[in-house]
Amino acid sequence: MLKVENLHSGYGRIQALHGIDLEVGQGEIVTLIGANGAGKTTLLMTICGNPRATQGRVLLDGTDITRLPTHKIARLGLAHSPEGRRIFPRMSVLENLQMGAVVADPRHFSDDLDRVLTLFPRLQERLNQRGGTLSGGEQQMLAIGRALMSRPALLLLDEPSLGLAPLVVRHIFDLIAKINAEQKVTVFLVEQNAFHALKLAHRGYVMVNGRIALAGSGAELLANPEIRSHYLEGGVQA
Amino acid sequence: MEYFLQQLINGLTLGAIYGLIAIGYTMVYGIIGMINFAHGEVYMLGAFIALIAYLVSTLVGGQSVALGLMAALLATMLFTGLWGWAIERVAYRPLRGAPKLAPLISAIGMSIVLQNFAQISQGARVKPLPPVIGGGFELMTGDDFTVSLSSLQIVIMVVTVVLMALFTWIITRTPLGRAQRATEQDMKMAALLGVDVDRVISATFVMGAVLASVAGLMVTLYYGVIDFYIGFLAGIKAFTAAVLGGIGSLPGAMLGGLLLGLIEAFWSGYFSIEYKDVAAFSILVLVLLFRPTGLLGRPEVEKI
Repeated sequence: MLKVENLHSGYGRIQALHGIDLEVGQGEIVTLIGANGAGKTTLLMTICGNPRATQGRVLLDGTDITRLPTHKIARLGLAHSPEGRRIFPRMSVLENLQMGAVVADPRHFSDDLDRVLTLFPRLQERLNQRGGTLSGGEQQMLAIGRALMSRPALLLLDEPSLGLAPLVVRHIFDLIAKINAEQKVTVFLVEQNAFHALKLAHRGYVMVNGRIALAGSGAELLANPEIRSHYLEGGVQA
Repeated sequence: MEYFLQQLINGLTLGAIYGLIAIGYTMVYGIIGMINFAHGEVYMLGAFIALIAYLVSTLVGGQSVALGLMAALLATMLFTGLWGWAIERVAYRPLRGAPKLAPLISAIGMSIVLQNFAQISQGARVKPLPPVIGGGFELMTGDDFTVSLSSLQIVIMVVTVVLMALFTWIITRTPLGRAQRATEQDMKMAALLGVDVDRVISATFVMGAVLASVAGLMVTLYYGVIDFYIGFLAGIKAFTAAVLGGIGSLPGAMLGGLLLGLIEAFWSGYFSIEYKDVAAFSILVLVLLFRPTGLLGRPEVEKI
């Protein structure tokens, strides 16, 4: 579904990605883990055309989207819940969700809204509240819900666990599994929380300094001693 | 009392016009964080286009004033809107992503270009328009003073209120307005969601230009003379109004415009008319000293 070939990208003269190759198949949950600053977010943003790739290709369902402007990529069934959630703070929850449906057929709107609110009942209670007043967990739900409003085939999730309490993280990850299983949405999940991410994902990649260092199934990577010592130290298995 | 009432009416009329122009500044600032210094010139072009359209339509379409005004209104909204679109396309869009100073300088350049264009193509002399909307009401007669409200003043206020209501509705209720607010709050995110940010910005420039063009038409009718230089002071005043109300805020622009109009009218009425601009800008300085974000502006808080 998503194929990244030899992707190079960066900001100005600083190169952040040095030739990334990876693939996300239809229906999969694939995770990309790595330390802070490894280039995970840059990869997701480059897939969406901002910043532009300096070399290499991004294919979505076989179509080359490397040179497409960001807003056109969103029209191809790819939705992005970005790092830091980027909720519109001075718009209501409902308006944030409406923004998620910009590329969707307006006739689906109420169906999609129902679907998202069933998944995240908390948002129902907050529908007319400003996005900026929500708690971190609620904002994360809104960011994912907003991304789902466009009926995406592929969902890019950038660190949905960032800054959230462990219980909330668990809840969010359960919901991601549910979205994947019930709504048949392919998920590409970028995480620092390696344990949860690898447990959830079918396959995973490990990124170090802008390169893919390791790849394998979730279980394989979880069992890998190097991964354990680098990313799973400190008893994260809560 | 009568005198006070008269100044109030005059101030509100003037303020309505400032407010209409100020909205263009505030909307553009809100969405791309740039002061469009050519906006005063857009208003000036609006006045010229309105005047030309009015004269042409009364020439070919007979003597009907109502028809002429309608033609002037539609023509100036359409063509000034196009100017607004073209200015953004030519002078600002290529500089998106450049350091903030670059579009600002480009705006000042654009302002000079437009001023000179109008001067050369239309001549430097003032263009008169005889009063076309006469009549009015005498509201109150005191000892030696009569308070009058002209039909034109009523037209100006009514048109302003209608446009304000319409634009508030567009911004708060329509998909375009939603996209504008989203782009204003987080441009990158709006693009990720599929919003064509360039188109939204173009629409914002067109909307600002359309409002300024209506202000241009009304000033032409109100004062009866225009020239290529009117955009400068009106632009600075409207910018002041936008800052006074809190730049980036739509109700703020309107409030700032009204306040500025009232300050000028009362100062001219009670003190000296020569110092009305000094008074207006002094108030601006005072407000900014105590409320740097303007009256309805919101403080810039970076939330992490």
